[in-house]
Amino acid sequence: MSPQINADSRPALATHVRLQHDGVRQQWVVQAPERLFVLDDVAHAVLSRCGNGLTVAEIADQLGIEFDAPADEIRGDVLELLQDLADKGIVHDQRA
Amino acid sequence: MTSAPESPVDPPLALLAELTHRCPLRCPYCSNPLALAGRSTELTTEVWLDVFAQAGRLGILQVHLSGGEPAARRDLEALVAGARSAGLYTNLITSGLLLDRARLERLRQAGLDHVQLSVQDSEPCGADRIAGFQGAHERKLAIAADIRAVGLPLTLNVVVHRHNIARVPELIDLALALDAARLEVAHAQYYGWGLANRAALLPTRAQLEAATAIVTQARERLKGRLAIDYVPPDYYARRPKACMGGWGRRFVAVAPDGAILPCHAARTIPGLEFPDVRQTSLADAWQHAAAFTHFRGTGWMREPCRSCNRREIDWGGCRCQALALAGAADVVDPACSLSPLHETLVAVAEGESASPPPAFRYRSLSEGPKIA
Repeated sequence: MSPQINADSRPALATHVRLQHDGVRQQWVVQAPERLFVLDDVAHAVLSRCGNGLTVAEIADQLGIEFDAPADEIRGDVLELLQDLADKGIVHDQRA
Repeated sequence: MTSAPESPVDPPLALLAELTHRCPLRCPYCSNPLALAGRSTELTTEVWLDVFAQAGRLGILQVHLSGGEPAARRDLEALVAGARSAGLYTNLITSGLLLDRARLERLRQAGLDHVQLSVQDSEPCGADRIAGFQGAHERKLAIAADIRAVGLPLTLNVVVHRHNIARVPELIDLALALDAARLEVAHAQYYGWGLANRAALLPTRAQLEAATAIVTQARERLKGRLAIDYVPPDYYARRPKACMGGWGRRFVAVAPDGAILPCHAARTIPGLEFPDVRQTSLADAWQHAAAFTHFRGTGWMREPCRSCNRREIDWGGCRCQALALAGAADVVDPACSLSPLHETLVAVAEGESASPPPAFRYRSLSEGPKIA
């Protein structure tokens, strides 16, 4: 059973994962062994806030301000993204 | 589709740095070539550091420090530091045998991102027989604990074949017990040493299907706990693998002696000249060297690849396998069911895998096996 991410989770990048700017292609990427995820603006905004002790709800609030969108709409998208990355072993819940 | 060369070519994503062919193990499916490079031909520290700096500038994002056993290089710590400062995600692919906790700690401090440790089986007797090294398995289990103890993330890698394929469940349990975040279950690939040992290694179709089912179930069950990568063998497939993600599209390899290669087995293909990294830059080789442009894209293809709707998915399969099995590097990979040789290949696979396994021809520096 995969760990469930919820609004109170405090997501952090797994130790084998590196968030990095790819200067040649001008994009943000997440690197893992033999894996590469190219991030869009929202994914980068989420992942750059992981590991700071913030909850998913707090991350969504910050994104609401940054992207000028209602936080409760953004929260669903953030949860979906983080659950997908948790299933892939890219992020984990620091509470767990 | 036209066969005009794309211009400019997208830069590669990953570098396979084969630091040395020296290795204490003698696995009969070793991916190194039959003609192993001796220590005297190996690149210096300075050349490797320049290769990593070039790789970073070119747009390469990951480096796999491999061998042989890369820890046979005494300058491994310096190489890791150089790769890391070039911005590369730095992955050490190791047998573990020449490492200890102090060295792992130094590698971590140098910036190593990840360790991929091989085991040969889940039980010591079989593992040591494959490795050709008494006590190897026990040593590997100890080093796996050291890897995690210094805080490095771990992938457990196991090459599977007829002698260990029944123990895929135990291998999954072992990965969990060793606190690996990832397990790579890779079927032996039949080039070089592996091809010379094919009859001793190839599983039956039933064994393959059972292992595939176990991995598929475990992936779902362990989602978020253990990522499992699975590399199937292609002898029983209908479509070939997109070898290296397509020739000259994503990967570049540098051999211990400095040859710049589209894949680590490419030197088996006659008529291709491979640039030396001491004379040609990685960027120049990637963009312009015939070794890279010759099989890049679809322009080189003959039928049935040329008009196949999967030509930009499979990329014609593997050039080295086409050469090894069909005698020509520019024909369809016989792993593809559209190859006129496919049925023969399947019959050979079924025949060999159902017969008693012959003795291994172990990897060795001095006596390469004779190729039939």
